[in-house]
Amino acid sequence: MHKDPQPLSLHVPEPGCRPGDAPDFSDFIIPKAGEARKPALDASAQSMRDMAFSIVRVLNKDGKAVGPWAENLSVDQLKTGLRHMMLLRAFDARMLIAQRQGKTSFYMQSLGEEAVSCAFRMALKNGDMNFPTYRQSGLLIAGGYPMQMMMNQIYSNAQDPLKGRQMPILYSAKDYGYFSISGNLGTQYIQAVGWAMGSAIAGDTKIAAAWIGDGSTSASDFHAAMVFASAYHAPVVLNVVNNQWAISTFQGMARGEAATFAARGHGFGIPSLRVDGNDYLAVHAVAKWAADRARAGLGPTLIEHVTYRAGGHSTSDDPSSYRAKGEGHAWPLGDPIERLKTHLIMLGAWSEERQTQAETEIMDEVREAQKAAEAIGTLTSGKSSSSRDIFEEVYAEMPPHLVKQRKEAGY
Amino acid sequence: MRMTMIEAIQNAHDLAMGADDKVVVFGEDVGFFGGVFRCTAGLQEKYGKSRCFDTPISELGIVGSAIGMAAYGLKPVVEIQFADYVYPAYDQIVSEAARLRHRSGGDFTCPLVIRMPSGGGIYGGQTHSQSPESLFTHVAGLKTVIPSNPKDAKGLLLAAIEDPDPVIFLEPKRLYNGPFDGHHDKPIVPWKKHDLGDVAEDYYTTPLGKAEIVRAGSEVTILTYGTMVHVAQAGATEAGIDAEIIDLRTLIPLDTDTIEASVKKTGRCVIVHEATKTCGFGAELSALVQSSCFFYLEAPVTRVTGWDTPYPHAQEWDYFPGPARVAQNLKKVMEV
Repeated sequence: MHKDPQPLSLHVPEPGCRPGDAPDFSDFIIPKAGEARKPALDASAQSMRDMAFSIVRVLNKDGKAVGPWAENLSVDQLKTGLRHMMLLRAFDARMLIAQRQGKTSFYMQSLGEEAVSCAFRMALKNGDMNFPTYRQSGLLIAGGYPMQMMMNQIYSNAQDPLKGRQMPILYSAKDYGYFSISGNLGTQYIQAVGWAMGSAIAGDTKIAAAWIGDGSTSASDFHAAMVFASAYHAPVVLNVVNNQWAISTFQGMARGEAATFAARGHGFGIPSLRVDGNDYLAVHAVAKWAADRARAGLGPTLIEHVTYRAGGHSTSDDPSSYRAKGEGHAWPLGDPIERLKTHLIMLGAWSEERQTQAETEIMDEVREAQKAAEAIGTLTSGKSSSSRDIFEEVYAEMPPHLVKQRKEAGY
Repeated sequence: MRMTMIEAIQNAHDLAMGADDKVVVFGEDVGFFGGVFRCTAGLQEKYGKSRCFDTPISELGIVGSAIGMAAYGLKPVVEIQFADYVYPAYDQIVSEAARLRHRSGGDFTCPLVIRMPSGGGIYGGQTHSQSPESLFTHVAGLKTVIPSNPKDAKGLLLAAIEDPDPVIFLEPKRLYNGPFDGHHDKPIVPWKKHDLGDVAEDYYTTPLGKAEIVRAGSEVTILTYGTMVHVAQAGATEAGIDAEIIDLRTLIPLDTDTIEASVKKTGRCVIVHEATKTCGFGAELSALVQSSCFFYLEAPVTRVTGWDTPYPHAQEWDYFPGPARVAQNLKKVMEV
């Protein structure tokens, strides 16, 4: 029997809730902390297939570190981790205000995602190279890059290492394992794979870490990176930071509301797993495992960091116009700073009083760096980058046509 | 030693890899097979799989990974199988390779050569015949090189590999085996029987940014590059006009001194390229000549180019700006 064909209709993914709705994460399945197994370093992608659908979690709701992924991080290491995350949060807070005060044009914060970059950085070695997006400033903070240098860049002042050429926070810090950030999303992913291939070609011991957001996994750069990483067994850790939102587009769009971002790795035979991105200990353990794999010549690992973008996409964005009110508070994985603090208190190594005291000290530290940066200048006052610098470093040696144009511009 | 352009390019790779173990060569079919045009033949066998290897079919992947490798400290020389296939890599070339030094304040650099066979004359239709040079010359931070003979191809490629910045290296594929002058119905003289096929075996470089006057003349200056260097010579000879023919060799940086000196001497300028006319590199040359040589010009600057259409298959010779079209335009310019 023939039926008349029915008119087709287009399916457009939409999130479960939008402004006006009650925030709803009931579809979001969260395994218990400690439940996920820890595969051998040389486990095949196939043998750990399930891990792309689960979530590695270490800190339980009482702040206890449980399960096979719980490492023996010392109290000092944990305190350092807490300090890095608090520094990043305080830094972001000051720079948001600075942007509102007109001292710079634009800013992007890491609010809610501090554990991802801060913990990951501590699993790397000096000499390794990150290819970050704009929301991994914690790699610099935890890597010991001077905050004032970051501010000099944000302010495009006379000591901006990028000489006023880049938008705020598109840092570059080779000596700190931080590749120059592009504003074009996704391009860095395949470059990270190439850098890692270079290290392997040279017989080096360094590894690369690639970073991308949930939304940008749709870009072809992501897929090219996966093909190359898998073909050449590149010593690279492939990170997908799933913070639920690509500006106003929910993460279901980029993954077609099917499977997970980690599961993208299966088609390429890349061992893939998900981690609780708001759990400092879990991120550190998974990062260490993946970095060890890369360093041992076992090839790439795909890590989906499950987290939540607690703030706006940027200072030009107002998330209340597309996200349900209170969604951030309803986010079931909590706040990374709170969770590590609770863990330290549970260990008897920290207290609420010391937390409050640390907050004040850290804010003073950030203010001091800010004062020093502003003493040089901001985008709108003091000493700024020279316009002569527009013409420099387009090429190693300035070609005649640029010499001519620079002269014409009056420099 | 007499070499074809293919052999000269292969030889340049060989010498560069021998001289510097940071030089790595990769692309589609370039490893075991040595490239569809054989420009990388024997390199994998000689230098090993980690220095010359095949890639997945992903131009984005080839260029993107090469940028990462260059940032690491290697000197990648990559092949795009046909220039027509480069577009998936365009974002990586334009937004990344070209800008890395500038945007990072010199923190990271991108010493990278992207080679690709370009141009028509092989019945390649619209996907194997394009001349996309102006898509690269328009981008700050790139250098664009187009050789017209084996001798230059070797010297320019070695200079490109030595260069600390990204270089787009377009190889007119119709010239791989001989100096094609546009007379498609006649056999070409193979490079092995041509003086410009005489290539020194030693390592040498031909500086980027230096044009060559391939034929001195007094009546009109022809600015050209690639395959059209030979077509222009045929056209001038057939028109019986004493043209001075300049092979630009490098489009960026451009040898404006040689161009200006010649046009000021002849007072006329004809620009010849295969690429489409509108916003082609000829437009830049034309603007340059009129602004720097205006008071010396006795006729309007004229362009002889491909039509502003996709490159056709069966109608190739009506599209290709052959010697007849060059001759006709030369005569027209001389009548002014």
